[in-house]
Amino acid sequence: MNYFEDFHVGARIALGSHTFTAAEIKAFAVKFDPQPFHLDEAAAARSHFGALCASGWHTAVVWMRHRAEHRRLEEEALRARGETPSQRGPSPGFRDLKWLKPVYAGDTVAYTTEVVETRASNSRPGWGLVTALNTGSNQNGELVLSFVGTGFVERRPLSASP
Amino acid sequence: MNAPKLFFEDFTPGSVADYGPRLITREEIVAFATEFDPQPFHLDEEAARASMLGGLCASGWHSCCLLMRMICDGYVLDSASMGAPGVDELKWLAPVRPGDSLIVRRTVLEARASQSRPAMGLLKLLFEMRNGAGECVMTLRTTMMVRRRETASVA
Repeated sequence: MNYFEDFHVGARIALGSHTFTAAEIKAFAVKFDPQPFHLDEAAAARSHFGALCASGWHTAVVWMRHRAEHRRLEEEALRARGETPSQRGPSPGFRDLKWLKPVYAGDTVAYTTEVVETRASNSRPGWGLVTALNTGSNQNGELVLSFVGTGFVERRPLSASP
Repeated sequence: MNAPKLFFEDFTPGSVADYGPRLITREEIVAFATEFDPQPFHLDEEAARASMLGGLCASGWHSCCLLMRMICDGYVLDSASMGAPGVDELKWLAPVRPGDSLIVRRTVLEARASQSRPAMGLLKLLFEMRNGAGECVMTLRTTMMVRRRETASVA
């Protein structure tokens, strides 16, 4: 999936997985979400979560890292074949972000992205908007994160090979 | 853990509160992007100038994380927060640039008791993040779960 025209509704990519350690859960929380249940095992045990768990923002940004890493590898593969990677634009936002279950220290989350809608941009010729359902599931197959995000993808230039 | 000072009853629909300012630096924009969102327009000035964003700017996720930190310092850590089930809608409206001074405004849209958990209330909140020029860079609508004061001792 390089240019906008290559994105088809239903196409799904497994982006890889990540194990959240207690140390990195705390390191993220110290910077961005210093609530006791993300910082301290004993305080977390007394909370409604019952044990140390990752900030919801932490589980979401690790999805972003996997998405970006997947694209980097895709660009490398395109260049190796002599093709030009498309330009990618920013995201106007997302909706329906759900933190469905806590991600506890030691949990492994597998991330995915699935195309749910594509449309040409009205305001920016040469660009399309791809909307995707993005998820994370833990080692028991339980959904822990889902959101519907949109991003700009360059349309295939007339000069580019299909 | 300090005893919470703010409960469900303290968040009145229509009430507004401002948090910040928080200065965002080039170094932290690049450090965050390197770790979590390594796209060229968050890492490299030249690549960013050639992109739709027209210059280096923070990852939108970085803005989310800074907002979380600003509201933690502003009121969440003083509250009987039980977390948030998610974000209904988030819009990234304008780029956040190095040197921007960010302010977050919280508006309580709605407050209602939980049907299933009587010790808890649900707040619908709108957050708006603005830069130093007053331009809105991000809006976010979310629900926050907070313990109720009258049941706090038995919750």
